[in-house]
Formats: sequence, C-alpha cells, structure tokens
Amino acid sequence: MAKNKAKAAPAPATTARGHRAPKGVLRRLLRILFEFYPVLLPVTLVCILINAIVSAIPAVFMQNIIAIVDETYASGDWASVSGQIIGLVLILVVLYVISLVAGALYTQLMAVITQGSLKKMREKMFSHMQDLPIRYFDTNGHGDIMSYYTNDVDTLRQMISQSLPQMLIAGVTLVSVFCIMIYYSLILALVVVAGVVCMVLSARFATNRSSKFFLRQQITLGKAEAFMEEMMTGQKVIKVFCHEEQTKADFDKVNGEIFYNARNGNRYANILMPLLGNIGNVMYVAVALVGGALMLSGIPNISISGMAFGISIVVPFLNMTRQFSGSVGQVSNQINMVIMGLAGTHRILALLDEEPEKDEGYVTLVNAKENPDGSLSECRERTNVWAWKHQHHDGTVTYTRLEGDVRFSDVTFGYTPEKTVLHDISLYAKPGQKVAFVGSTGAGKTTITNLINRFYDIDDGKIRYDGININKIKKADLRHSLGIVLQDTNLFTGTVMENIRYGNLDACDEECIAAAKLAGADDFIRRLPEGYNTMLRGNGANLSQGQRQLLAIARAAVADPPVMILDEATSSIDTRTEAIVQRGMDALMTGRTVFVIAHRLSTVRNANAIMVLDHGRIIERGTHEDLLKLKGTYYQLYTGALELD
Amino acid sequence: MIKTLARSIREYKKTAILTPILVTVEVILECIIPFTIANLVNEMQQGCGMDVILNYGIQLVAMAVLSLIFGVAAGNTCATASTGFARNLRQDMFYRIQDYSFENIDKFSVSSLVTRMTTDVVNLQMSFMMIIRVAIRGPLMLIFSFIMGFWMGGRLALIFLVTIPLLTIGLVVVIRWATPIFRRVFRKYDALNDSVQENVQAMRVVKSYVREDYEKKKFAAAAEDVCKDFTKAERIMALNSPMMQFCVYAGMAFVLSFGSYFVITSQGDGINVGQMSSILTYSFQILMSLMTLSMVFVMITMSMESAERIVEVLSEESNLTSPENALTEVKDGSIDFDNVSFKYSRKAERMALSGVDLHIKSGEVIGILGGTGSSKSTLVQLIPRLYDVTEGCVKVGGQDVRKYDLETLRNNVAVVLQKNVLFSGTIKDNLRWGNPDATDEEMLEACRLAQADEFIQQFPAKYNTWIEQGGSNVSGGQKQRLCIARALLKKPKVLILDDSTSAVDTRTDALIRQGFREFIPETTKIIIAQRVASVQDADRIIVMEGGRISAIGTHDELMQSSEIYREIFTTQNKAGDQDGEE
Repeated sequence: MAKNKAKAAPAPATTARGHRAPKGVLRRLLRILFEFYPVLLPVTLVCILINAIVSAIPAVFMQNIIAIVDETYASGDWASVSGQIIGLVLILVVLYVISLVAGALYTQLMAVITQGSLKKMREKMFSHMQDLPIRYFDTNGHGDIMSYYTNDVDTLRQMISQSLPQMLIAGVTLVSVFCIMIYYSLILALVVVAGVVCMVLSARFATNRSSKFFLRQQITLGKAEAFMEEMMTGQKVIKVFCHEEQTKADFDKVNGEIFYNARNGNRYANILMPLLGNIGNVMYVAVALVGGALMLSGIPNISISGMAFGISIVVPFLNMTRQFSGSVGQVSNQINMVIMGLAGTHRILALLDEEPEKDEGYVTLVNAKENPDGSLSECRERTNVWAWKHQHHDGTVTYTRLEGDVRFSDVTFGYTPEKTVLHDISLYAKPGQKVAFVGSTGAGKTTITNLINRFYDIDDGKIRYDGININKIKKADLRHSLGIVLQDTNLFTGTVMENIRYGNLDACDEECIAAAKLAGADDFIRRLPEGYNTMLRGNGANLSQGQRQLLAIARAAVADPPVMILDEATSSIDTRTEAIVQRGMDALMTGRTVFVIAHRLSTVRNANAIMVLDHGRIIERGTHEDLLKLKGTYYQLYTGALELD
Repeated sequence: MIKTLARSIREYKKTAILTPILVTVEVILECIIPFTIANLVNEMQQGCGMDVILNYGIQLVAMAVLSLIFGVAAGNTCATASTGFARNLRQDMFYRIQDYSFENIDKFSVSSLVTRMTTDVVNLQMSFMMIIRVAIRGPLMLIFSFIMGFWMGGRLALIFLVTIPLLTIGLVVVIRWATPIFRRVFRKYDALNDSVQENVQAMRVVKSYVREDYEKKKFAAAAEDVCKDFTKAERIMALNSPMMQFCVYAGMAFVLSFGSYFVITSQGDGINVGQMSSILTYSFQILMSLMTLSMVFVMITMSMESAERIVEVLSEESNLTSPENALTEVKDGSIDFDNVSFKYSRKAERMALSGVDLHIKSGEVIGILGGTGSSKSTLVQLIPRLYDVTEGCVKVGGQDVRKYDLETLRNNVAVVLQKNVLFSGTIKDNLRWGNPDATDEEMLEACRLAQADEFIQQFPAKYNTWIEQGGSNVSGGQKQRLCIARALLKKPKVLILDDSTSAVDTRTDALIRQGFREFIPETTKIIIAQRVASVQDADRIIVMEGGRISAIGTHDELMQSSEIYREIFTTQNKAGDQDGEE
C-alpha cells in the first residue's frame, strides 16, 4: 500500500546495498550452516580434509620414484628397482583411490549441503518474514525485501558451494606443502614464504580495488533498476510527450556509471591471476637460483630431514613451489566471491534479526454453546456461536459472546513518535452498525483500519472489542474476528476457488460458490474459460479491476467475520461495474459491524454514523442528514467543493 | 541471434579482438616457461654451474615479466570489451524500447524488461568475458600443452590420447545431462521468487486472514521442489571434479610406472628424467584447460536463455515510424475518422473499433461516454497515431496522420492518458516535459488553467516541490491536474483528456472546462469521462458501445434519443447526485 508507506515512518537506517560486511558475519554464517547440517557438514569437511591432504602427499612418492629412476637409469637395470618402483606406485594408487573416493564424496555432499542450506535459509527467511510486523513492510521497499531472496541468496550459493571448500582445500594444501618444504630445507622454504608475502600483498591490492568497484556496481545497478522501472512504467507518457531523446540521455548517464564501476572492478579482478601466476614464476626462479647457489656453495642444509643439499632436494622443491603458488592463486580468486557473499549474508542476517511481531494477548476465540441459563460454555464442535475465552489472573475463566461491538476511547497514534497522526479519537460501533470515515488525503482514514486489527499498536487510549481491550486478545484470534477488504486488491497465484477459499481454509466448494454469489462474482467467474478452476497469475492480471474487487469481497464473505473493515478502491471503474461491486459490498455488510473508509460519498449515506476526519481529528460526526444540515466540511465535500481522496 | 548481439560490440571491437591476441601471447609464454624450467632442471641435474642457472633465471624472469604485461593488458582489454559490450546492450535495448510503439510496449511487462536489462545483460557480459578470454585461453592452452607434451615427453604423451577423450566424453555427458535440468530449475526458481514478491505485496491480506502458517507451508513446498532439482543438477555437475582428478591420477600412475620402465630400460636414451617430470606438468595443464572449457560451455548454455530474451527486445520492430518527406506542420485542429476499423493485433478476432465515421471541426468540444471495453480510449489513441488504424483513415488538419512526422503530430495532439504518470523530479521538471523551454510565466499560466496553481502555491517549495516516483506524494486529483498542465504547455491544436479529471472535485472540474473555453478556444478538446457532468456541456457528446459509435448529439438530444445515455445519466443521479460526488 503506497499510501501507508508515504505516511509511515522513514525507513530506519537500512543496511545500504553493497556495503561491506562487518566482522563476525562469517562466524554466524558458519554456525547457521552447522545448525542446518550438524552431521553431514562435519563429515563433508573431513572428506575435504582427507582429499586435500592425500592430494598433497603423492608429491613425496613421485619424487622418490624420480630419484630412483635418476640413480638407476644409467645402468638400465630395471629388474633391480622394479619392485621398489612398483611398490611405490601401488602406494600411490592406494592414495589416489582414497583421494578420489573422498573427493567424489565431498563434491556430492557439498552439492546436497549447498542447495539444502539455501533452501533452509530461504525457508528461515520467509518464515521469519511472515512473523514480522506490518511496519516492516511499510517502511522497507518491496524491491529491497525481494533482493534478499534473489541477489543475496545467490551470492551465498557461490560462496558455500565453491569458495568455502576451495579455500579450505587450498589452506590445507598450503599447510601440508609448507610442512614438507621445511622437511626438506628451511632456507628454500623461507624463499617461498617471501614470495607468498608478495603474492598476498598484491592480491590484497587487486581485490581491495576490485571489490570496492564491485560493491559500487551493485549500488549503481540498483539505481539503474529504479530508473528503468520508473521510465518504462511511464513509457506511454514518454511517447505522448516525444520525450524519448531526453530519456535516452538520462539513461546514458546511469548506464555510464554502471560501465565505469563494472569495468574497473573487472579490470582489477582480471589482473589478479596473471599477477599471482607470474609472481609464482619469479618465485620459482628464485628457488632455482638460491637452490643452485646453495648447492654450489656447499652451505649445510637446515632441515627436519637432515638431508644434505643436493639436486634431490631442489627438484621436488621446485614442484612444490608451483603447487604452493597455485593454491595461493586459488584462494585469492575466491576473495571477491567471499566479500560479496559476506555482504549478502550480512543483509540476510539483518532480516533475520528484525524483531518479530509481539503478541501478549491471552484472550482467545472459541466455539461455544449456550447453556439453558443463558451462559456460555466452550465446546469442540463447530457451533457457529463464538465466544471470547478470557482467562483472568485469579484463575477464573469467563466467556463473552462474540458480537462485534467496537469502541475507541481517546485513541492517539503516530507512525513515529514525532508525528501524531490520530488525536483523541473516540467512537463506537454497536453490533450491526455501519460507521463511515470521510476526509481528504492525509486525514488519517486508512490509519484507523491499521489499528483495529493491530497492524500497529496505539500510543494512548483504548480500543475495546466486545468490551475486551484488544491488547489482551491474541492477535490471530482478533484478526479472525475481523474481515478486511483493502483498497488495492491482492490475489494469489492459484485458481479462483483457491483465492476465495483463502478467507476460510475449511470452506467447502459450495460455501465458496455461495460467497461468490453473495458478492456478485459468480456471474463473471462462470464466464471465465475454466470457471472456478481458472488459474490466476500475477495478481489476477487476466481480470479487470472490478472483477478483482469482487473476488476480494467473496474472499471476505467466506471468512464470515462479525466485523468488517472496507477500504474502498480509489481507482475509477465504470459506472456499471461499480454498481455491481457496490451491491456485493452491501450484501457483505448486512448484519455486520462495518467500518467504511469512503472515497465516494454515495456509499456512506446510509451509515449509522459518519466521521469526518481532518488532520487526525474527528471534526464532524453524525448521520448524512445531520451533517448536511451542519453545512460544514461534509457539506462541502458532498457538493464537490472539496476534493475527496 | 549472434548477429543481433554482435551489433552491440561497436566501439569495443578493437579491444574485443585485441584480447584474444594478447591472451595468445600470454598463453605461449605460459607454456614456454615450464619448458624452460624443465631444461633448467635438466641442466641442474647434470650439475651445471651458477652461470647457467643465472642465465636461465634471467630468461625466465624476462618471460614472467612479459607474460605479466600481456596478462594485465589482456585483463584490461577484456574488462573494457565485455563491460562495454554490456553497456551497449543496455543502451541498445533502452533506445529500442524508446522507439517502440504502443503496440510494442503492450507486449512486454515492465518487470520483464527490467530483468532483461539487468540480470540478463550481466549474464551475457560474463559469457562474453569468458568467450574472449577463457574460451580462447582454454583451447590454446590445450593445443600448446599437447604439442609441448609430445615434444618433450615423446611416447609418454600417448597417455593423453587416452585421458583427453575420456575426460571430454565425460564432460560432454555431464553437460548434456545437467543443462536441461538447470534450464528447468531456473524457471522454477523465478516462479519461487515471484511468489515471494506476491506474498510481500499481499502481506496485509496474509496477516488479516492470519494465513502466516499457511503461506509458510506453501513456500516450503515450492522451495523444496526447487531445491530437489537444483541438488540434482549440482550433483551431476559435481561429477566433473572427481572425473578430472581420476584422469590426472591415471595419467600420473601411468607415467610413473611405465615412464620409469622406459627411462631405465632405454638407459635414458629414448626418454630422460626431465621429460618424465615435465610430462606430469603438462598433463595437469591439459586437463585443467579441458575443465575450464567445460565451465565455459556451461556458462554459455546457461546464458543462452538470457541472450534469447535480449534479442527478443532488440529485434522487436517498431511498426510506427515517420514517413519520408513527412509533413511538419498541422494546419488546424480538425479531426476526421473515415470509416475507421481497428484491432489491437493482427491475430485478434474482434475489432476494437469498427466502422467509425466521425468529423470534428477545429475548436469543437467533444465529450465521450461509454462503459468499460467500449473502446473510448482506443478511439482517441488513433488521433496522435499511438496505434495505426486497421482500415480506413484518421485525418488531423485535413491530412492523414500517417503523413505527418510523428513528433510534429504528437506535439500538436496532446493526450492526457488515463494511466498518467508523473516522474520523480520537481514540479517544474515535470511540467517541462510539455515544453523544455517553457518560461516560468508559461508554466504558471498552464497551471492556472489546469487549476493546479492554487495547491502548488500551498506547498512550501512551490514549483520546486519534489514529486516522488509515480507522484505518490500528491493526491489523485492533484496528480491529474498537474498532468493536464503538462499537456497544456505543448500549446496543442488538439487536446485529449482520457478520463483525466475523475479524481478532481466537480467544481474544479467545471472550472477547468470553463478555462478551456475561455483561454484556448481554438484548440479542439476531446474529453472522455465516466461522469455525465464532465461532458454535459460539450458541443457534441459521443456515446460508445462495443467499439461503435452508438449515438452523437448534445446532452438534450441524447436524453431524447439514446437509451444508454439516459441510463448512465439516471444511475449517476440516483446513486450520486446532480452535482456528482465521486
């Protein structure tokens, strides 16, 4: 409801899109992942570890074999070493098999875990979102909320499925290779460490730059999206005013900004690999040079193995250097992904940290039957008699019949503490009465509907339902006892029947059809290609505005609550359809307590009381005739001298 | 399709071509480096001196520096080319959409256009980057490594003839198997996100019917479905990595066992130790490049759908263009419909308008009434040529509208659309849409005429008041009056109001019409309305029904002759009042 959004509080400093995530986010993410898969995830991690360690070891055996070959090839005596070599190869094969099994296992498990975690994450977000107060939806743009599900979850996918395992593998490889290096020679290992420091520094340089631009690119993309949406929504106006050229020029500006950020981000991201690869090459040369120099100078080797310096150390070392720099490259390649992923996680966590709607109500709605003495008692079966079950502090329970008596006493409310929207509103509606609210834009009409069903809680005063303070009633039960037809009709993807049944999930087909008949919707529904089974998509895009309203009325009729709140649609529909909608509304209203937010005065005439609102105060009240006699604001509205919206 | 897309490369053609060349050099260097290293190892094993090592070292460092330079250059040109391509794509799409006719616009939904210009373009940008960099790099690497492998490793390289086809077959199978699932699941995923959006928008309904748990269950089921398919696809894709590892391991086991045997039995003649270790390096490189190639394939197949969606926008031809030697002047505001019939699309069975014959004199005030679906809006949209007639012709100023330059025509025929839109910007910004060079005087005048000046003056910032997107911070009636003022600034010869005063109170409505009579008597005015009161005083009123003109005449004449008119009049005066009160 755009209307409410405009009135409601400005969004509390929402996390800016594309902002870098603070520390601690990764830890929380990991904790959530472990909660999702307490067994499978550790098993997978073990598999990754086995795979990584076992993949590193063969280098040692390979060097052994090469060393043996190197010693014996001159003699050409295969027989003398065949046993040894075949033995080593067999050990290798065993290791390979272990590595393969672990590898296959972890990649499969990781696929399951990634998708499962995303699903669970989505579910967690969605179900948390369902419990958030309306205020959240009024103060946060729908586009922003959506992007949690699209952009942010997508960045998570990349991070969980690829970045995390790869970084883990690379980390293990780094550690194990480094251990082997020290085993052979400390000095050469130090040369490698020096190289790695260079690599890390340059990787930091490049990723810092690129992630800065990438995060900015996300922001500009969001801006561009808003621009395009606005322009294309008004595309026909653009055509009518021949404004195409100007619009193109405006677009070029936005587009240029995206280009600038995307280009620079990719530039720095692209130089990362050549940079690291070639530092690796130089490192390789350095190892060769130092190794050669050491070999020739005869300086004693410092190592765990205690082996003397020689070609048998330098050659495996060179190979390990390659492996080492490869791993560093792999890690740095994932850094951008991780930064984006963490930023996404941060936003998702912000959603999950939103305070859910509180409910301290304890009065519940129960099926009741009337005792011979006129009192009520609770029963399990459906009786069509409902009662409020009020559990008092002293342990006694009283039952109050659900009738639909609503009273406001001195209600004061503001969406923000600074700005009061409603001042000292007092009014009553006895069961079956109709109360209408009239007033110009911003008078606070729609706000009243937000208070009765406790979408928002009042700041001061009291609202009582059948004599019970609504703060004491469980929200779910309170809302069950209220029906609401909103200005903007929202339908769901599904059949017409399902949409009507939304009002009461227990309703059978006959009841739904009866409700449709009551609303006057039956006629057009039967003319739809598949009648009640016609699929509705995109908020009922295949229906006209009037038809959608009729469905919303039928939906409310099926719920059959004693109190109805009707917020009339402002959009213009033609006189004939309007008459049908009006008949539906009238049918729905009979026998109920009704609050009407009127945008057309024709509907309020027969109200028991009309409240004229202005700047959050009731300035006039009375019946149609009373108010006309008064010759005040209502009279002006009625004669068309004032605009009603 | 590729041709259409390639047209968007334009000024980035140079960088797009340069990138593969730079990459080629980089790859060559990258392949020579291990070759040189192998030589160095050999030399060292034969106990060479420091000078030889130094010599090799300098060579290697020089090559590394060169490779770095080329690599960085390639990264740069690649970034420029791919993001530039994306920029042009966005631009081309946006420009193309600007040239769309109403008929074209009706075809696409706004959200689908936005997705095409954001997500789909980003997908294509990634693919393009892959193609000019990785897709060149992969095969080159493969070929070089292969050649080097044979050259250095001799017979040992024969193992490639086993592992490469093996891996290739494996990769092809995996991709073939997984891509259809991916395509399917992405569609389901979109649907899932749509349902979230639906839920967010309908949150008030959800909460007032206490359907939170119901929605949670519904979502969980849909999410589960998506998850199942995604998991299946990802598990298939996850086979790639063990497959690749298997080939590497098999190659190594082969080289280490048979290689050792060959080396020793031939006493290092046929194959030496250096060759043996270098073949290990190359086998790894070859398989790596196959692997990246497969990733590229996956990426490209996944972006195929995006490409199709983009091309759909780009190849949509606008069917309304200005003719050659177009007329650039409209004589007067007379309008003629000569036996006009119209349908929205060629395929449509029903004519939206049929047999309309109507002649309006310049300066006349015409009111149009009729129910929803009676094609009132359709009728007037033919006048500024927002759509082209199917049969007959529409003339403005005595000339067929198809003979005019579109801009000339539309500047002279101003329409205030039913779904009128204000754009984010100040009130002045919005008014200037009517005339970019309008002076403050002119704006004031137009706003007075549209009865907008009064409320604008009440805003603290007056004409510099910021209007939110869609005009959400002004009331419906205020929005309509601003839209009328905007149209008036064009100083048109024909002014069409398509239900543009529905939210304006009746008094103001009357004042606006009165102003029109007094201050722009020359202009032909066509007013579509729901309220009889808005058209009652028109020179002639047209009653539309089912795409035909049902009756024409003055109020009094129609009260006599037209049953529909009478019916509308009486319902409005029974439910409402004489003075109307919507």
